[in-house]
Amino acid sequence: MTRTRRRTEALRGHLLLLPTTLWLGALLIGPLLVVVAFSLGRRGINPPVRVDWAHPRLENYRRALDPDFLPIFLRSAGYAAAATLCCVALGFPLAYWIARRSPRYRTLFLVLAVVPFLTSYLIRMYAWQFILQRNGLLNAVLGAAGLGDDRAFLNTPGAVILGLTYGFLPFMVLPLYAAIERMDPSLVEASSDLGHGRISTFRRVILPSVMPGLVAGTLLVFIPALGDFVTPALLGGTRTVMYGSVIQDQFRGGGNNWPLGSAMAVLLMVVIMIGVIVELRRSEDGLP
Amino acid sequence: MSRRPRFRYLTVHAVLVYAFLFAPILVLVVFSFNEARSGTTWTGFSTRWYSALTGDEAVRRAFTNTLKVAVASTLLATVLGTFAAFALARHRFRGHRAYSALVLVSLVAPEIVMGIALLVFFRRVVDVPLGLGTVILAHVTFCLAFVIVVVRARLARFDESLTEAAADLGATPAQTFLRVVLPLAAHGILGGAILAFVISLDDVVITFFTAGPGSTTLPIYILGEVRRGVAPSINALSTIVLVASLAVLALGAAVTARAARRSDSPSTRSGRPVRSPGTHR
Repeated sequence: MTRTRRRTEALRGHLLLLPTTLWLGALLIGPLLVVVAFSLGRRGINPPVRVDWAHPRLENYRRALDPDFLPIFLRSAGYAAAATLCCVALGFPLAYWIARRSPRYRTLFLVLAVVPFLTSYLIRMYAWQFILQRNGLLNAVLGAAGLGDDRAFLNTPGAVILGLTYGFLPFMVLPLYAAIERMDPSLVEASSDLGHGRISTFRRVILPSVMPGLVAGTLLVFIPALGDFVTPALLGGTRTVMYGSVIQDQFRGGGNNWPLGSAMAVLLMVVIMIGVIVELRRSEDGLP
Repeated sequence: MSRRPRFRYLTVHAVLVYAFLFAPILVLVVFSFNEARSGTTWTGFSTRWYSALTGDEAVRRAFTNTLKVAVASTLLATVLGTFAAFALARHRFRGHRAYSALVLVSLVAPEIVMGIALLVFFRRVVDVPLGLGTVILAHVTFCLAFVIVVVRARLARFDESLTEAAADLGATPAQTFLRVVLPLAAHGILGGAILAFVISLDDVVITFFTAGPGSTTLPIYILGEVRRGVAPSINALSTIVLVASLAVLALGAAVTARAARRSDSPSTRSGRPVRSPGTHR
């Protein structure tokens, strides 16, 4: 390729990208930077935020992790971690089972696992609210079985973790499936032929080769679960508030403290970016 | 043969997980036809909650808003995202990696962070009133990355010898693009558009922060109702939304499957076929 041709090609590439660059610059990167700026500001009446660049305030960050909010942050991380574990427990055997079907059925079963996920997240959480409410279906079934029909399922950590698990399970199944499908099944046979038991084979042969899928799935579940506020709003209560709910409250609720909410959002974003960067460093192909 | 029982355990597990995935949705759909006012005792089949919806002015307005937003943001995101995907898949230039990182940021940024960032931006930086316009701008922003990823994945499998063959046979770059590249990319573009449409249709969090009083979409309307408690008409409305998104997806899957079959045998297309030694796969 000649030099001029290469230059025209680069120019064309930039021209094609220009609209998207402008769009994402103005409506994604710009607003995110504004949030960072606001997180260093002071709460006012009108305008609601004042930023004094000579004296940026770190007070908001201290407040975002003070004894009022740190437990909520840790609780969100705990719920997200528990949901991730549940997704692994449910998703790993499922992904393994799908990968061992004949090629004709693999796609079908994979699609079946993803279809519920393609419907509205809100509606799926509402379906659980409908089932778990006090005069809901679960209590009715338990009552009919003579196990008592007045249990409180909603507003418990279990309900929120269940909702998060249900909401993000396909995010775990897909990368795990991709990793298991790439694995050579003869390795498993070789391992058992060489005298390894099932647990040993799992630990020494299966686990190492599906690790990339496991890490990707963990990030794909943990990240959205950590910032979720729909699930705690529908299935949780005052004792199961998550960090996303607190952030939301600072902007469109009673809290009404934009600088504090901005600092919380920045913290959330930083935690997530650390996870993503670690994963990208680890995976060989790097950026998508 | 000794492995047999383990696979049976896995099969039981798989059946249970599928039941777990589908049961709540089916429960919702079934109970939307329940005659009773309070949810869980079945008193008889009825479509009264569906007819109650058709007369509801707020629902009708939310429905129209949802469609307007989804159509507008899908069109914009598909056009812009396709340009970007072409640039990333078929051109080499500096800043390529930085750009991929930008796309990644918009994929991994939590919805709530994107939502408040757009709210802050619309209210404090440009100071526009929140309404359908701001919702559409927001939806294009988060749909773009999905379109780029889908179209780019399709173009990555593109056989460059096809364009070289077209050029060798005397096609101008514009002709090559319109008659060779675009038809082959078409179902990637369609796939991206359908994904964008469905994501826009279902979005709650970002719409929650960028919608104003007059621009309530169906998910926002449902969120408001659900927070007040379970109402039977919400079961019916949810069922309609579920069926609508699944119908769009099924339609999309059917059309892309057809497009895939067609582009696999380019010589059978109507018009002057571009024949080249590279048409085999």
